Amino acid sequence: MALLEAAAVTKAFGQLTALSSVDFVVEEGQLHGLIGPNGSGKSTLLKCIAGAELPSGGRIHFRGRDITQATPAERARAGLSLKFQVTSVFPELSVYDNVLLALQARSPLTALTFSRTRADLHGRVMEILGELRLLDRAAATAAVLSHGEQQWLEIAMALASRPQLLLLDEPTGGMSLEERRATGELLVPLRQSCSIVIVEHDLDFIREICDVLTVLDQGRVLETGTVEQIQRSRKVQEVYLTRV
Amino acid sequence: MARAQWWRPSPGTIVAALEVLLLSVFALLPLALQHFWVIFVTRVLILALLALSFDLVWGFAGIMSFGQALFFGAAGYVVALLARDAGVTSVFVVLPAALAVGLALAFLVASFLLLGRNPPSLTFVALGTLTGSYAGDRLARGWYYLGGQNGIPSIPPMTAGPVQITEGVAYYYLALAFLIAVYAACRFLVGSQFGLALAGIRINEARMAFFGYHVQLLKAVVFSVAGAVAGIAGGLYAFHEGFVWPNMLGVILSTQIVLYTLFGGVGTLIGAVIGVIAIEIVSFVLADAYPTVWPVILGVLLLVIILFRPSGLISLFVPRRTRVGVFGLTARRPRRIPGEVDGAA
Repeated sequence: MALLEAAAVTKAFGQLTALSSVDFVVEEGQLHGLIGPNGSGKSTLLKCIAGAELPSGGRIHFRGRDITQATPAERARAGLSLKFQVTSVFPELSVYDNVLLALQARSPLTALTFSRTRADLHGRVMEILGELRLLDRAAATAAVLSHGEQQWLEIAMALASRPQLLLLDEPTGGMSLEERRATGELLVPLRQSCSIVIVEHDLDFIREICDVLTVLDQGRVLETGTVEQIQRSRKVQEVYLTRV
Repeated sequence: MARAQWWRPSPGTIVAALEVLLLSVFALLPLALQHFWVIFVTRVLILALLALSFDLVWGFAGIMSFGQALFFGAAGYVVALLARDAGVTSVFVVLPAALAVGLALAFLVASFLLLGRNPPSLTFVALGTLTGSYAGDRLARGWYYLGGQNGIPSIPPMTAGPVQITEGVAYYYLALAFLIAVYAACRFLVGSQFGLALAGIRINEARMAFFGYHVQLLKAVVFSVAGAVAGIAGGLYAFHEGFVWPNMLGVILSTQIVLYTLFGGVGTLIGAVIGVIAIEIVSFVLADAYPTVWPVILGVLLLVIILFRPSGLISLFVPRRTRVGVFGLTARRPRRIPGEVDGAA
């Protein structure tokens, strides 16, 4: 059974059809890239999976459970985690508190009120900050981080709850070349613990780290396959590469 | 350089110093004041409780409530009825009853306004609470059993066993004890992991849902807790004044509570207390000097302060909006646990 199965997902905004009967499958441990020209529906598909948008048609199953109409919180508790395209860290809080905030989401109310899980979660917060190279920035306010660091903090927050499926919407957006390379190095080891779907414009980045690619065009799936298969695909070359 | 920094206390230290200063002044004040002023300051202490309830919902959870007077007034009416119709005046019954009324009514209002499937907008909650406050006022005015326009007069004094707690020094210290207890509880709450979750909701509610938080439930909980605080204040106020009347439930008092907190400084707890002290003293002085036009002068003064000090009077003491809620690394350091990564900031 696949980890995530989206079947015939359609999303319309008024007269505009952003997704048209899209089938999308993610297997356990897969690093799945989602690419396509601007406006092809990549981010919309990711939002439909995460619950930020409800599909107009089709079904989405996660670990065998139908989550088509589930709220974002229900999906998060089921094991889905989303890193937004636009960074949405909590600027007034410290880097440490941003991660703690994400990590303590499943603590019961009484535990939160009496701060019973703070000490237990401390180790995990530091571990994640270490993995994302933010340990020396732990006490800094999130607002003062560079754009690249904020992106890493976003990934740290998305990873905090140990999701089964991590959805990353343009994780390298606005990053320098060095930061992109470092982000790639950070993401590859994560496949040991979860599957990842990445929406990205940087094809070199995607080629280096993904096992499987799905190409979207005008709200439809153009092709799905390994990186080599996609590179050889005539349809992709004709439709996608000429428009990017 | 190091010496200069040593002399510059952190905003958190300044807030703590203000808290100690105010506590000391309040503790000693009855020794220096005449009876009239003791009664006046007791009223300030009770209103400070009410302002804390608003600061909890707006300053920390980002819920704009224009209805805190509803919980205050409803609790006041219930304890007044208990005293009038059942002869119950024991402090050990009436104040828990006032707390329970505030809690239950606030949870009921939260169930309607906050616990729907879709997150409500700020405006919806503000108008909903305002409507609740207005409806409470109208209900009290029109219901003969509640005394109509005149309210319920001549409430017998609160008792503790055979002792009557009448207005004056005893009541003052009772109100102060509740203010200290509630303030400490609020401080504990906003500095806890729950407080961190409230901060997250205030900053970016939608993002919190994607972490898996039951956002609306957390908001309903803090709204209910604030209702309980307003309820305690209402119970204290009813016995202190000796009567209750519809204005205790209405939109004028609800708006006044918002002004107290904005004037003192939102999201700091101590700012709400300072706001009540400042507005009540200025109102008294102005009313004495200009019996006719004092509300206009007060209104202009409030506008000027809010225009030039949008963070409230607290910003005179701390350079930027400072909250008493500190979490994670800045809170007390968690104990070291096995496998902890070294090198933390």
